[in-house]
Parts: sequence; C-alpha cells; structure tokens
Amino acid sequence: MSQSATIAKPMEIKKALLLLYQMLLIRRFEEKAAEQYTKSKIRGFLHLYTGEEAVAVGVIQAITEEDNVLCTYREHGHALARGIDADVIMAEMYGKMEGCSLGRGGSMHLFDVSKKFYGGNAIVSGHLPLAVGMALASKKQKKENITVCFFGEGAAAEGEFHEAMNLAALWKVPLLFVCENNLYAMGTAIRHSHSETHIEKKGAAYGIEAEAVDGMDLMAVIDAANTATQKVRSSGKPYLLVCNTYRFKAHSMFDAELYRAKKEVDEWKKRDPIPTFKNYLLKQKWITPAEITAFEQKIETKVQLAVDFAEAGTWEPIAELTKFTYSENKMQ
Amino acid sequence: MENATTKIKTTYREALKQGLREALQNDERVFLMGEDVGRYGGAFAVSKGLLQEFGEERIMDTPLSEAGFVGAGIGAAIAGMRPIVEVMTVNFSLLAFDQIVNNAATLLHMSGGQVHVPVVIRIGCGIGRQLAAQHSHSWEPFYAHVPGLIVLSAGTHEDARNMLHAALQSPDPVILFEYTFLLNMEKEIPAEATPVTITKAKVRREGKDISIITYGAAVYKCLEAATELAKIGIEAEVVDLRVLRPIDETTFLASVSKTHRALIVEEAWRSVSISAEVSARIMEKVFYDLDAPVQRLCGAEVPIPYANHLEEAAIPQVNDIVNTVKKMIHHD
Repeated sequence: MSQSATIAKPMEIKKALLLLYQMLLIRRFEEKAAEQYTKSKIRGFLHLYTGEEAVAVGVIQAITEEDNVLCTYREHGHALARGIDADVIMAEMYGKMEGCSLGRGGSMHLFDVSKKFYGGNAIVSGHLPLAVGMALASKKQKKENITVCFFGEGAAAEGEFHEAMNLAALWKVPLLFVCENNLYAMGTAIRHSHSETHIEKKGAAYGIEAEAVDGMDLMAVIDAANTATQKVRSSGKPYLLVCNTYRFKAHSMFDAELYRAKKEVDEWKKRDPIPTFKNYLLKQKWITPAEITAFEQKIETKVQLAVDFAEAGTWEPIAELTKFTYSENKMQ
Repeated sequence: MENATTKIKTTYREALKQGLREALQNDERVFLMGEDVGRYGGAFAVSKGLLQEFGEERIMDTPLSEAGFVGAGIGAAIAGMRPIVEVMTVNFSLLAFDQIVNNAATLLHMSGGQVHVPVVIRIGCGIGRQLAAQHSHSWEPFYAHVPGLIVLSAGTHEDARNMLHAALQSPDPVILFEYTFLLNMEKEIPAEATPVTITKAKVRREGKDISIITYGAAVYKCLEAATELAKIGIEAEVVDLRVLRPIDETTFLASVSKTHRALIVEEAWRSVSISAEVSARIMEKVFYDLDAPVQRLCGAEVPIPYANHLEEAAIPQVNDIVNTVKKMIHHD
C-alpha cells in the first residue's frame, strides 16, 4: 500500500476516525438508498457514489465552513461529508417537505445554503461557470473563503468546462476544480470521449496548476487536497485536482452496464478505499476491530433512522405547487 | 435648479448609459460585465466612458464566452453581488441559454427557496439595421416562456433610463431586452431618474376605439400609427406590455374591455409568440366584450434577411398598423 501522507500527530487520530466514519456512512447510506429505490420509495434518477467515497471525504476535510461547495448529481456522499444530516437527505430523495431542498430537488439537487452547499447540479458542467462567479464574488468582497467545484471527467468535454477554466485563470479567482474521473461518462469510456485522457494536462492550456491523484486512496487524496486548498488560499488562483477513481455501481438505477466488463469492476473493487483505509488504521493501532463494529452499528441505526424520518415526512400540499418559482419577498 | 419635472432631450443610448451609471453609483455590489463593455466602450457605445469612471473591477471586459460569463454572473449573484451582465445580441444569448434556463431560472425552485439569483442580464435585441439572420431577431418569446425569469422589454426611452434600477432590486433573475434599432433615436424624458414598476404594463396613449397591444421596438411604431389614425378620427389606445413575464394581463384586458377591439403588434415570429399568449387571454377572459375578432401583426416567419426592403417587409411597419386598424373598424 502506498501512502503518500501520514497522519502522524495523536491529535489527528480523532479526525482520521471521523473520516473512516464518513466513508462507512456514505457506503451504507447508498446501499439503503438503492434498497428504497427498489421498493419505489425513491424515484427519478438515483446515482450512487459507492467506490468514490475517498474523493468527497478527502477533499471536504480540507476546507472550512466558510468555503463554497458545488457538486454534480452524484452528490449524496459530498452532502454527508459536508455535514448535512442523513435524515434530510433521505427525506429529500423521498420527495418530502422535510428534505434539504423541501422535496423540490430530489437525489440530484441537494442544497443547504447554511452549509454553503450549492447542489446537486445535473447539467453536466453547467455549474462550473457558477463556481467561477462565486469565487469571483469572494474576491470582489475581499473574503477569505474559497470555492470547491466537483465534476466528472465527462464534464471536461463540455465547452462550459473550458470557458470556466479560462475565466477562472484569467480573473485569478480562488477556485479548486476537483475532477472526479471515474472513467465513464454514463457508459462512454474516457478513451472514447477525450483526445487527451490525462485530464490534469488540460490545466496547462489555461495556466492552471494541476495534479492527478489516486482517488481510491484516502490518504493520497487528503494530502493532495490539503496542498491544493492551501495553494488556492495563498495564491488566490484556481487549481485543478484530478482524482482518479471508479464507481462500483451502475451509472444510475436504469443502467444495465453493457459497456464494461464485470472483471474490470472486480479488479477495481480490490482497491476499495474503505478496506484500504480501515486496514491502515488497524495497522497503526488507531482503531480496534471492536470499534469498527461499533461504528458500523451506529451507522446502521443512523441510516435506518433516516429512512424512518423520510417515511414519517409530509407531502407538500398541491396548492403550493408553484411556490419557489419566484421569491416571496420581492425586494432585496 | 433642476427638479423632477425638468425634461431633457436624450438618445435611447444615453438613457441606457445614465441608468447604468446610476446603478454603479448607488450600490457597490453592482458591476457590469460583458464583451467589449470596457476598453471598446460597448459594442453599441452604451457603456462608453464607464471604465474610466468606475475602473476595471466594476466594468469587466469578458472573453467571447457567453455560457462562461453569464454563468459567472449567476454565480456572483448567488454569492451576494448584483451583477449586470451584457450580452451583445439576442442571437449570442443562445450560447448562454443553458445557464439562464437551467441555472438562473431553476435554482430557487430546486433548492426549495434557498438560492436567490439576483442577476440582471441585458440583451441587445431587435431588427432593422441590416444585420441579417445571425445578428437581428426579436426573441423575447424564448425567454418569456420560462417560469422563474422576469422578462422586461424597454420599448421607450423612459424604460431604457429607469428599468435597470427596478431590475436590480429584484431578488430573482431579470432578462432586460434593449433595442439596438432605437439607440440613436432622440426623445424627451425627465432629467432625473423616475421610478418605474417592473410588474405592470403601461398605457402609452389613451383611446376609445381600439386597443393596440405591443412591446419593444414596435411601441413607437404603434404610437406613430395612433397619431396617423387620430387624423381620421380613430382614437387608438396603445398598451406597452413592458413586462413579458410574469405578464400583466389586468392592464390589457381592461383596455380591451373599454375599446372592444384588439390589435396585437410585435416583431417576433407569429407562431408561439407573445401575441399568441395575449390573444388567448383576451379570448379566455373578455371574449364577450369584443366587437370584432382579435387581430395580430407579427414578424414574418423567416430568418431576418439582409436586403433592406426584405428586412422592412419582415416586420410590421406603421402603414401596416394603420391599414389593419382601418379594416378592423370598417373605415376603409
């Protein structure tokens, strides 16, 4: 196992355990979501983050509460890592009023402005220009915060990716682009969609410093994200971090996975970020098998409570159908 | 000393510029960005001199990157700024249509009321300068179709001068159409800024015999036609819709109920147009007040041609309006 970072100080053990907890929570939450989907409790599109947990957890641990986060439609993991409660995420996926977007968004559009979590964006690459604008606002307002924008490698083929990269570099705004390269844009492999498959190389065209990291290795992601965020903060300039990862599940619940071999999936599963990190912590004797079991039991309860919370939630009255099309308070 | 009733003669261009200047003076969150708004002085010289007056932070030249900079304007608005984004022509705005429709118009709703988008997007629009099919159209209906947007049409110097201020007070995204055909036209307007609403249509000329309902670059044509008609004893009422979404039906329905006849005039293509919507509402709400079928004069359903005589034939002219009204009240 190649660990590029070390969590050496005893004071950081607590943090390491929290990150393991977050990855385990995301894994179990997604399993439960899939289960609820098969029961028709959750409808629409459901995109699971299983296999990619180290990316959201490793990057989000590097930022502060003041920083802005924008994600794709595969964002349950990011929302959990950002501290949005499993209850309101599950309720949102149920379409209940208690959901974090009041049931108006669903799985693909989780929002919590109090946590500076701006979606849940489902037009591939459409949120990248927004992230540039948010970072530009921070610069104009002379704020210290940075903006972190997650997107897949599929987005890097869109024009909006290139426009956003150019504008971010041109205007020198504090924006961390995080490419979650899971090798497939729906069912199209990266070799069929990019002339240059090393996404990090695209940074050079815009004068943006870039690095690629093993996204299946939490320690490596932590190390790279800490460096990247520190650079964005100190320089005020954008940075491109490419996390090479893999989704273990289908693109969405409608995907028969005709485009990739089971053997390939099995090979990647050998690099599952959760056992890798778990084993590291066990080897360091920072955690015991009994403590891991306790974690898992705590998570099992939490996820079941999230389902119970969603089940008990309320449907918005149809009389309120057109609410939130325009602001109720007309003047600002 | 000047007071509010002092009138000055001004071009439409100068009226727009004065509105912009005051917006920048009144609120430090306001900044203008767009292609060639700074060093070039604005493609149509609307923002000429503002860079020198307000500096690069407030007057930002952007690359040719409509999706990128319109998206960045939306992002900056979300993060607390009050951006004014200029899009040179309505044709180019389609490159940013994704940002406007999928982001600006939806974020409030998808987030359950959490994310406000107080951006103003100014779009140069209209026909009549022999700019052919990729630089001249009347595409207000595309935008007026979209819930979540506020769509304004500045068909007069008064609105060119004052609509921007009202638009900047809105917590929701505003599309403000300005008409390049009117830029050099001189009119008298109050010297000082005059508050205008962005929720109501306006009766520009009162009359008892017929309601001419219009907007945009056709407003002055309809007023000119009304003057012609008055010479033969026909008193036409001219209603300037001004706000194309959410449309103010109260004003035009009241007018039709009074005059019992309606002619709708617009430069946009006839099918699926603003006039189609207005006509439908007249049928639905005041059908029994009508003495004659509603008539429409619209743009011919053709890409706008270059040749002058064909371009003129592609949109309703004063003579067409006069002749149609005469026919409608059996004056021919």
